[in-house]
Amino acid sequence: MTTTTFDRTVAPSDPYPGVSRDAAAEVRSELFGESHAGELVADSITAWFGERKVLDRVSLDMKAGEVTALIGPSGCGKSTFLRILNRMHEMVPTASLAGEVRLDGADIYAPAEKITAARRNIGMIFQKPNPFPAMSIYDNVVAGLKLSGVRANREQKDVLVEDSLKKAAIWDEVKDRLDQPGGGLSGGQQQRLCIARSLAVSPRVLLMDEPCSALDPTSTRRVEETIESLRGQVTIVIVTHNMQQAHRVSDKTAFFLASLGTPGVIIEHGDTQAMFDRPQDQRTYDYVNGVFG
Amino acid sequence: MTTIKTHGATALPDYPEAGADDARPRILTQALERVDHTFRGVVTGSGTVVVMVMGLVAVFLTVRSVQALGTEGVGAFLTTQDWSPETGHFGIAAILTGTVLIALVALAIAFPLSVATALFITQLAGDRGSRLLTTVVDLMAAVPSVVYGIWGLSFLEPVVVPFARWLSTWFGWIPLFAVPNPDAANPLPNDALYTSSTFVAGLVVGLMIVPIMTSIMRESFARAPQGEREGAFALGATRWGMIRTVVLPFGRGGVIGGTMLGMGRALGETIAIYLIISPIFQFNFHILSRGTNSIAALIALRYGEASGVTLSALMAAGLALFVLTMIVNFSASAIIARSRSGADAEA
Repeated sequence: MTTTTFDRTVAPSDPYPGVSRDAAAEVRSELFGESHAGELVADSITAWFGERKVLDRVSLDMKAGEVTALIGPSGCGKSTFLRILNRMHEMVPTASLAGEVRLDGADIYAPAEKITAARRNIGMIFQKPNPFPAMSIYDNVVAGLKLSGVRANREQKDVLVEDSLKKAAIWDEVKDRLDQPGGGLSGGQQQRLCIARSLAVSPRVLLMDEPCSALDPTSTRRVEETIESLRGQVTIVIVTHNMQQAHRVSDKTAFFLASLGTPGVIIEHGDTQAMFDRPQDQRTYDYVNGVFG
Repeated sequence: MTTIKTHGATALPDYPEAGADDARPRILTQALERVDHTFRGVVTGSGTVVVMVMGLVAVFLTVRSVQALGTEGVGAFLTTQDWSPETGHFGIAAILTGTVLIALVALAIAFPLSVATALFITQLAGDRGSRLLTTVVDLMAAVPSVVYGIWGLSFLEPVVVPFARWLSTWFGWIPLFAVPNPDAANPLPNDALYTSSTFVAGLVVGLMIVPIMTSIMRESFARAPQGEREGAFALGATRWGMIRTVVLPFGRGGVIGGTMLGMGRALGETIAIYLIISPIFQFNFHILSRGTNSIAALIALRYGEASGVTLSALMAAGLALFVLTMIVNFSASAIIARSRSGADAEA
């Protein structure tokens, strides 16, 4: 397996005044060491809930810096697959799995690997926005530092908060009320706050589990713009039920399907454009064209 | 004055002229179904009965204690340490202090134990383990308090006396842990000095209030939202980090409420304390040394032989305990109402 490293791309012109991207990058490397978009490889993933097998030997290569969309009807195992990618699957007591998930070549399920490190490197955005409601917006963004035991001084935190909120495209809306509780924001703002919170710990991969399904169209567009601006800086894997969204935001698409009574598998995957224009499998064609699902 | 002009298919509503514009809210009533009528009657009745019983207890205690309080005055009653109603010299200063000290020792032991047990049950134990432990803790509540008393006296006390002695030897410079030895002829520390103390009584009462505190805290911890727990874990949180950030802030109301309920029980505990303590009627802030007192235990001890002013004095002591418990519970609900942050902001 080859490991692709992705150079950090510095935007030619900074759209926001204030903290420069270089200063932010410096603080990030002080706190977290060198971090770059990571390549994530799922190798023969099988998953069970109790006795029921929900995924059968699914393999997928998620290239560094790219946006990969996982599509498919409900119950096909794509959310389970996503949760396996950052070890959230094992929080369900009856859950078990087989296979390997390699981040830049290292299996995150290897016995010597720390689960906290895997989850910090591979962040996750959930369907329902879940900021810490009683915490201020500022504290929400830096919560990951405290939770994972990374010490930062006030200046570093200030830089990190501003940079993360800008990357999540919510800075302008909240910069004057950073001390107010995160629970007071609208749903779309809360979701972008969650994205900022994830970005604050400099993940190499960001997983998104239907991040817009609880949001209105305007907020959805803002989140999609955020995904667009993160392309190249962090590898993104997004589960979505919205075909247009998959088409708009992703470079690669994987189509999951579980036939009645059988575990979920990937039917077809590849470049998003090809998946939508000229898929090889009839079922893919039917699904992306809205014949079923 | 405006007039209605009608032309075309739509209507332009005409508002009443100025001065006539005084809409008032209607009084809404509803004809109750018979079932609802009965239901309302039954639940309202039950609520009223509970409040009335509380009121009657307060009235009864007040009326019966008038005689005792009248002979001496409320001020003297609150500040006197002695208890000899026969000579008209009695007060609850020492007994009330003892009661509160025992309750505080009980809380100091029960609080960390309950928080940790509740966290273990809700956050760490597996399905089977948490069910088992919940049952065991609930069973602790089913043990009669007289059994706790006997167990504390015959088993626990001999076990903890060496610990109490160690504590007072090394930390005796803290006045709370000092054990003065009044026997000049035998100055060496002697185990009997450490028995029947506030500490032993508080320890036993502490174990008795663990179940109620644990079960309230457990319920509040278990309600910590799954979304936020997963959100914390997805940021790379350690389990303790997640608990500190999500579970504890969310369960704060339950922690305070459980603690106050436990404190209420500790203040009112009677028979276990009665069995363990050696009653004295003077301030004893040395919690490890022999001798303390509690209102409930005093009433149990003296009620049988009391009559007239003696009985009235006991009623007055009971009234003081009643008022104290009310204060504790009301401040608890005030604190909970003000600190619902986590549970509240979820919506």
